[in-house]
Amino acid sequence: MAARIWIFSVAVALFLSFSSGHDLQIVNAERRIDLSSHIVNAFLTLKVENIGKDPAADMLLAFPPTQIKHLSMVQAMAITGKKKKKTYLPLDVKPTEQPDAPNDTGYFLVSFATPLTPGETVTLEVLYILTHSLEPFPSEIAQSESQLVYYRDSAVILSPYHIKQQTTFFKTPSARVESFTSVDPANRAGKEIKYGPYEDRAPYSYAPVIVHFENNSPFVVVEELVREIEISHWGSLQITEHYRLTHGGARHKGVFSRVDYQSRRSISGSSSFNALLAVLPPKVNSVYYRDNIGNISTSHLRTGFKKSELEFEPRYPLFGGWRATFIIGYRVPLEDYLFEAPDGRRYLNFTFGCPLVETIVNKLTIKVVLPEGSKDPSTVLPFTVNQDLQVKYSYLDIVGRTVVVLQKDNVVPTHNVPFQVYYTFKPIYMLAEPFMLVSAFFFVFVASLAYVHIDLNIVKK
Amino acid sequence: MAANGSPKPEPMAAKKASPDLLNSSFSFKSLKLKTKQQELLLRVSILGLVYVLAFIARLFSVLRYESMIHEFDPYFNYRTTLFLTEKGFYEFWNWFDSESWYPLGRIIGGTLYPGLMVTAALIYWTLRFLRFFVHIREVCVLTAPFFASNTTLVAYFFGKEIWDTGAGLVAAALIAICPGYISRSVAGSYDNEAVAIFALLLTFYLFVKAVKTGSLSWALGSAFGYFYMVSAWGGYVFIINLVPLYVLVLLITGRYSMRLYVAYNCMYILGMLLAMQIRFVGFQHVQSGEHMAAMGVFLLMQVFYFLDWVKHQLNDTKLFQTFLRITVTSAILVGGIALGVGTASGYISPWTGRFYSLLDPTYAKDHIPIIASVSEHQPTAWSSFMFDYHILLFLFPAGLYFCFKRLSDATIFIVMYGLTSLYFAGVMVRLILVATPAVCLISAIAVSATVKNLTSLLRTKQKVPQTGSAKGVGSSKSSSKVTLDQSQPFHKNGAIALLVGVFYLLSRYAIHCTWVTSEAYSSPSIVLAARGAHGNRIIFDDYREAYYWLRQNTPTDAKVMSWWDYGYQITAMGNRTVIVDNNTWNNTHIATVGRAMSSYEDEAYDIMRSLDVNYVLVVFGGVTGYSSDDINKFLWMVRIGGGVYPVIKEPDYLVNGEFRVDKGASPKMLNCLMYKLCYYRFGELVTEYGKPTGYDRARGVEIGNKDIKLEHLEEAYTTSNWIVRIYRVKPPTNRL
Repeated sequence: MAARIWIFSVAVALFLSFSSGHDLQIVNAERRIDLSSHIVNAFLTLKVENIGKDPAADMLLAFPPTQIKHLSMVQAMAITGKKKKKTYLPLDVKPTEQPDAPNDTGYFLVSFATPLTPGETVTLEVLYILTHSLEPFPSEIAQSESQLVYYRDSAVILSPYHIKQQTTFFKTPSARVESFTSVDPANRAGKEIKYGPYEDRAPYSYAPVIVHFENNSPFVVVEELVREIEISHWGSLQITEHYRLTHGGARHKGVFSRVDYQSRRSISGSSSFNALLAVLPPKVNSVYYRDNIGNISTSHLRTGFKKSELEFEPRYPLFGGWRATFIIGYRVPLEDYLFEAPDGRRYLNFTFGCPLVETIVNKLTIKVVLPEGSKDPSTVLPFTVNQDLQVKYSYLDIVGRTVVVLQKDNVVPTHNVPFQVYYTFKPIYMLAEPFMLVSAFFFVFVASLAYVHIDLNIVKK
Repeated sequence: MAANGSPKPEPMAAKKASPDLLNSSFSFKSLKLKTKQQELLLRVSILGLVYVLAFIARLFSVLRYESMIHEFDPYFNYRTTLFLTEKGFYEFWNWFDSESWYPLGRIIGGTLYPGLMVTAALIYWTLRFLRFFVHIREVCVLTAPFFASNTTLVAYFFGKEIWDTGAGLVAAALIAICPGYISRSVAGSYDNEAVAIFALLLTFYLFVKAVKTGSLSWALGSAFGYFYMVSAWGGYVFIINLVPLYVLVLLITGRYSMRLYVAYNCMYILGMLLAMQIRFVGFQHVQSGEHMAAMGVFLLMQVFYFLDWVKHQLNDTKLFQTFLRITVTSAILVGGIALGVGTASGYISPWTGRFYSLLDPTYAKDHIPIIASVSEHQPTAWSSFMFDYHILLFLFPAGLYFCFKRLSDATIFIVMYGLTSLYFAGVMVRLILVATPAVCLISAIAVSATVKNLTSLLRTKQKVPQTGSAKGVGSSKSSSKVTLDQSQPFHKNGAIALLVGVFYLLSRYAIHCTWVTSEAYSSPSIVLAARGAHGNRIIFDDYREAYYWLRQNTPTDAKVMSWWDYGYQITAMGNRTVIVDNNTWNNTHIATVGRAMSSYEDEAYDIMRSLDVNYVLVVFGGVTGYSSDDINKFLWMVRIGGGVYPVIKEPDYLVNGEFRVDKGASPKMLNCLMYKLCYYRFGELVTEYGKPTGYDRARGVEIGNKDIKLEHLEEAYTTSNWIVRIYRVKPPTNRL
């Protein structure tokens, strides 16, 4: 039975490796998986060799189906030079489909900077980020318990290529590890679990492992974040962020005791969090923090030259499964973010992603509200997002403002990179609203003048 | 008062300026205004300033705290307004609210005064139509200041009507900052009274105007003002009783006139028909005892009219006298019989308890604990009169003196309004509000008349040397006083001193009002503020913390049991179903909650199970020293619970007639649900340095039961300063 599967998988692997058109093998692979927060960062160092006869322009990265839906981001870089003279060259990575992928394996295609000639090797550094991959177990904990989670992965790297030698390291946040699956050779030292080295593993080898360990880092999950960036050509950028936040860890069970929480802080509610940090742009002003029922008075703002930090607390500490919704709003000067392109168009250069540190955003919507009268919006982004156009009415609008809506799921802090929105705008439109106000007042005065001077009596006095 | 600018060349300037107004509009001389124009400009600018002042004085609460809805009832109003703007008027009118009074529910459309909500929604829709995209909360917060500003305008016109423009201006200025009014109309106190005082004064003003002119249009306006008042506040009963009383007084004093007949009949009939359109009021105008006085006076008016007509027809006085006697007795007899039959047959409902408690201050205390338990229904203390009226308290009698000196239909009205409302203000603290406009108007008459007399004294004095030098060229106006002044040269100094005194008093009033507004009346009572040890401001935001916790972290169909004070807030901010709330329409239901709170835990558990309660919320001030918490309200729960369920007896909770929570407390007190929920695990806490654990700072004692075990409930959440504590009701244990 096992032999048959093995033969089958080898056959598929051979077929696949041919279908991708190249004959590559991985000489050496090292994987370091950082489990210290709820965002799982995996660093993969691959030494790839072309053992075929044709030059290879790209290679495939494979991910098991359980991971592919939690995969937030994959980045790859080619390393040239050695030791201190290392230079990193970012490579193009895009998701791809393969016909007959075994068990719904997902793929990413990494394009080399220059095609790999036969016999040549290249060292790649791959970073991929997984969200929602730590499963709390037990799934419900009381206030005094600390949070234990499962992490499931494979001891060997899933790859459509033959791997000659590989090692995998798991880094846990504390030395408390309840258990881990043993796949010889595997051992643990302090906060690190080492699997390997394993020699000569065939393509699509898989050795499932489960690591059960303590993780009390704040599982801050923003279920939905709507950021509205409103451009006013009168000199400011108003940003309003609507958060729907939850504690994504083990659910809180039973009693919440205030006595325990305030007097025995070290052992009580260790997985809960009550402080959040948002990194805002420098020169930020008019910051507010509120929710549906009013201001929340627990926040501190530190402004700096490079960034501003807003430290704030939700109304109550968040335990597993508890929710909080709130709004953060602020204003930044326009000149730092709005520029004129050489072709006369304007463009907004702003940061994508969520300002909260160490958070997963399940659904991020960015709405860029262009000034009234703007035309032809277009966006430039380093990754793919869903785009849409809407119309919004704000103060004294007649035709409404064009809103560019960008929507992306599964966003992590690594997505905080600049993006641009281009549009055309005639400055004369800026005067529309003051003109309306002036004319309204003018008509009021004219009307009162007329009223005073017109005799409306039927009977002459 | 504006004539002191350039008194001499009035007619000349008027002649010169009017024909070539356009041609000479750029020449410098023509910019000089005529005296009349000057006066108008001065008046309009004073009124404009007063209008703005009335608005901004009420913004203290926004400055000190934030733009938020205050207190208890406004949260219900806000919630309904939100519903109205989201779902539209018909949905609002037919709204059955299943989130309150579980499991009974409440028909919102038929049990509220919709005036306030509709007003706010109209303002909101208008602003949105004009492309001002404000949030409905901001509209609600600023509704009260906006209407207070409008009230100053009405006060001006009213003052002008009963005395003169000077009195009107003073009245507007006084009412703009009077603490008695500000207490209920600061930004955020989005309550019925906010628009009702405006409507009340408008109705009165229009009615007085109608009586004065006998014009149908003013009477019609007054009827619509009354309709607005009925739609806004239950206090309309005051109008529908004061106006007939006033008419009756006029009839008795022989001031009956055709003007009065037109004004009252039109106002009463139209006002009544319009008021019937409000579902909550319905047919009360013809069916309830409280409204019968108006109807009786209406019939009496007809009799008077009839008699007047007969008097015209009959020229024989003796015959008329007998006819008069027969008609009046038979009319009164018929009226009395009709009233008796109506009351006996139950068609006319008797007076309600609230009405009785107004006439008899001790009634509520003995019969209706639910009315007596509300702090704003307590009889007014002298200090709060002083606090709310300040110098007006002394100016009021002076104003009455002036009114009696110049008696007219209008002054009789304001005197009656002042006296009756002041009586009611003495009965209930919250009715100070109703008396405020009258007190301001009458005081304004005093101030205006005094200042006017004094300044005219001064001015004629100034002219004395002039007339002396010019030898008898003195104007005919001042000649009467000139003779008086020359005899008494001290008058000038006396008048100056008095004027200074008046201005000193008025400036003290302004200072007092500002201070009261900023210190006492601007607290939203949801957010509590205190001064820390270093003078820094500490904010206790526990209420919202708890309500938001409920909103976010409990099942959406959870039922929360709490004392009725917090019902509106829980439904509005926590968005959860409550058992009882501030609309205290069902005494039994409230008594059930009171009973549960004052029973032992297992008895209370049965009650809570029968009411499907999932969470229990209590307010506890023992950690912060917040005194209006549930322990201090507890005796009212016992009283109200005991009023329906005799099992609950007040003496069980008292020791020698004293309410205690320390070791000397009664055993029933130490083990009832409320005590347990408030003090659960409080015994482990040190609240104040140098005091034992479990020291209750609100009552200043160490609690008597530190080892509290809960069997059927568990602590679900306690806010950071322990002010709100929420408990989860456990499901029943398996019986196996």
